[in-house]
Amino acid sequence: MAQAAIELIGINKSFGAVRANRDINLEIVRGTIHGIVGENGAGKSTLMSILYGFYQADSGEIRVGGQPASIKTPNDAIALGIGMVHQHFMLVDNFTVLENVILGAESDALLKKSIAKARSELERLEREYGLEVDPDAIIEELPVGLQQRVEILKALYRGAEILILDEPTGVLTPAEADHLFRILKQLKEQGKTVVLITHKLREIMAITDTVSVMRQGTMVATRETRKTTVEELAELMVGRRVLLRVEKGEAEAGGVKLAVKNLTVKDSRGVTMVDDISFDVRAGEIVGIAGVAGNGQSEMLEAISGIRRAVSGSVMLDGKPIDLTGAADPGELRDRGLAHVPEDRHHVGLVLAFEENENSILGYHDDPRYLRGPFLNIDAIRDDARDKITKYDIRPADCRLKTANFSGGNQQKIVLAREMEQDPGVLIVGQPTRGVDVGAIEFIHKRLIAMRDQGKAVLVVSVELDEIRSLSDRILVMFAGRIVGERGPEATEGELGLLMAGVEHQEAAQ
Amino acid sequence: MSTPYAKLPAWADYGLIPVINLFVAFVVAGFVVLLVGENPFRAAAVLVEGAFGRGQGIAFTLFYATTFIFTGLSVAVAAHCSLFNIGAEGQAYVAGLGVAIVCLAFDSVLPWWLLFPLAIIGAAAVGALWALIPAYLQAKRGSHIVITTMMFNFIAFSVVVYLLVGVLKPANSMAPQTRTFLDGAQLPKLNWIIELFGAKIRSAPFNITFLLALAMAFLVWVLIWRTRLGYEMRTYGHSPKAARYAGISETRIIIVAMMISGALAGMMALNPTMGDQHNVALDFVSGAGFVGIAVALMGRLHPIGIVLAAILFGMLYQGGAELAFEMPAISRDMIVIIQGLVILFAGALEHMFRPYIQAMFASISPRTVGMEAVKGKGA
Repeated sequence: MAQAAIELIGINKSFGAVRANRDINLEIVRGTIHGIVGENGAGKSTLMSILYGFYQADSGEIRVGGQPASIKTPNDAIALGIGMVHQHFMLVDNFTVLENVILGAESDALLKKSIAKARSELERLEREYGLEVDPDAIIEELPVGLQQRVEILKALYRGAEILILDEPTGVLTPAEADHLFRILKQLKEQGKTVVLITHKLREIMAITDTVSVMRQGTMVATRETRKTTVEELAELMVGRRVLLRVEKGEAEAGGVKLAVKNLTVKDSRGVTMVDDISFDVRAGEIVGIAGVAGNGQSEMLEAISGIRRAVSGSVMLDGKPIDLTGAADPGELRDRGLAHVPEDRHHVGLVLAFEENENSILGYHDDPRYLRGPFLNIDAIRDDARDKITKYDIRPADCRLKTANFSGGNQQKIVLAREMEQDPGVLIVGQPTRGVDVGAIEFIHKRLIAMRDQGKAVLVVSVELDEIRSLSDRILVMFAGRIVGERGPEATEGELGLLMAGVEHQEAAQ
Repeated sequence: MSTPYAKLPAWADYGLIPVINLFVAFVVAGFVVLLVGENPFRAAAVLVEGAFGRGQGIAFTLFYATTFIFTGLSVAVAAHCSLFNIGAEGQAYVAGLGVAIVCLAFDSVLPWWLLFPLAIIGAAAVGALWALIPAYLQAKRGSHIVITTMMFNFIAFSVVVYLLVGVLKPANSMAPQTRTFLDGAQLPKLNWIIELFGAKIRSAPFNITFLLALAMAFLVWVLIWRTRLGYEMRTYGHSPKAARYAGISETRIIIVAMMISGALAGMMALNPTMGDQHNVALDFVSGAGFVGIAVALMGRLHPIGIVLAAILFGMLYQGGAELAFEMPAISRDMIVIIQGLVILFAGALEHMFRPYIQAMFASISPRTVGMEAVKGKGA
């Protein structure tokens, strides 16, 4: 029997009335890759935060290497050889790789010795684990895949024997993710222990030795990966059978509803983010835009929805032109039947400090239905919000609750309900299920397909390739601001992955 | 991780926390009093007695409070649109000119009840226009509103001084102030209300603008929480990106919010001029615009809170004056220190005790409170 690297015994943690972790028992065997899956809010991050010293457990015991351990701060965790790679990188963007690695572990005032020591140490780590990064590169100039590698290096530099990775592949191309997995396997061969937190079941199947499933704060099962299936894990996560791929009929595409022509968009620094792209979306079809985050999809969405000025190009909505370089504003587009579910629901699609009902009219607050002269018609707004809560099963069903207190999935439903219930002719959706739990994903996908079946034109941008493949009738792939290919829904992941990496740039992406 | 009830019960949030902050401010102030060799308990007694003990004190307290309600509302309206209006001082000062023009022109022909509405419009209009320029510069040029409103305070001081020394001064006068207003521009006192409760008042400037201030507090509540404009202002205030997404014009909302803010600051000018001195003199604002910032923060940007905070500051002004008179060791500057401590604890350090109180509530009744998750997303 292999030795346990970490044992968690009877861990409990409550936040007020919410029991984030209940009697969690978990044993992670040394030298294995251990996956932890669960929906948003299942308590995965809380558990790992307890292990890493961000939170204190209310009760329970942590043993590291068989010894009872008291982990009060991340420094304690680091001293015990536990390293963490966060979902959102904790790097200083304008520092070099080397400077980031020694940050917090620097030992002399002029940094000379620290840097020299770090440099030789990094060379050793590169050799051992295949973690090649130029130590003098500036972080912000590195692709995300490499930035993540720096995070791993940081943990290893501090002597991590146990590495926790929180949703590590969210920002990576399939090729970069494959490379990450190779690194993780190498780490395992060298005797390190890896804990992988994810909601992507395919990754669990591909790389882990053991997998634990969490649901509503409890640990519902631990399985040997090779003895389980994706379907079983999904069912354990949600507590009922789920459709991983939504059923949908053939698209009956009608006339062109949205025609984008020669759209070019620059960002605030003047860098061309969208480079002369043209495409159509017809009534009754879902067009999916695949691509790695940061290849111009966000800017394209913002331009089409009127939030960002385009440099050149136009959009025809129902055959009538909109000049995106001039006076178009989101309100006008909304009036003309274009609804937009933005990528960033926290800052754009919602005002988190508002009550739910106030968010249910955002962007439609000019609608006479919600007004009485210059005054808000509070009763009408709340009734309307309650209708949507029922129809979209938003929980908790309280239209007076502050929006920040809803879970990610329910927040997304608030936005979707608002945009879909306006009965728009064209619906554009950015990252429909980012940070949304499995149960809600199924619901959201069904709604999008229902919109399509009602003859609406739907444009979906997502970095989740599975989602694009499952939803789309046509798939466009964006790379470096251009559309580099169009495929049908039957396209394989490998084929799309190559396009997403820009084919000829594939070497660089590795 | 989701926290369905991540807040304190309302009474603790809006009642308990300000009271605790205030208590701590007074404890620290007590030590300052101790340092200069006076008895802090007696000082506190003198202060409260001076502010609320007699009818006279109450009337003065409410007179000062009237001024602070206007400036507090002014700061709060701008703050709801995430604009930090430091210029209430200058807006109020310049608005004195609006009052002066209306009063000097009509005080011989109109009764007060006709002149008062005109003066309100005059004060509000001039205050709003004074706020318009910084607002325009912010909206169109991105010049930061804190800098521009502060600079406009200086310009306001100079302009008003120039006019009071020149054009507005009666020909034979040596004093840099307008002539005394006639009866038509002298507002009725409200001292009789206090006298209804049996208190005696010799003479105090507590006047009808207090009712205007309360009406404005109500209208600000309606504006912010019950109108489309207020909705747009709050949306922009919480998230400019969400406002852009919702089709709200940034330029328009900044300008409108700042003009409303300036108008409210401007109305403050009515209280010391028409209500008290019956002229427009140098320095009649005397820092009320800046106190408005503290009042707005302490009142949690809510009109009810602002009215209560304004009364508290009115008490500090009035009681403080009594204190300086009664206890020679405590000078006028000491009073400013005490006021500063209140601002520090109730405004700037507002959140200092919150986590402890939340933790305390969580341990007593876990149903009511959720703690904020430290490390954000997902689970």
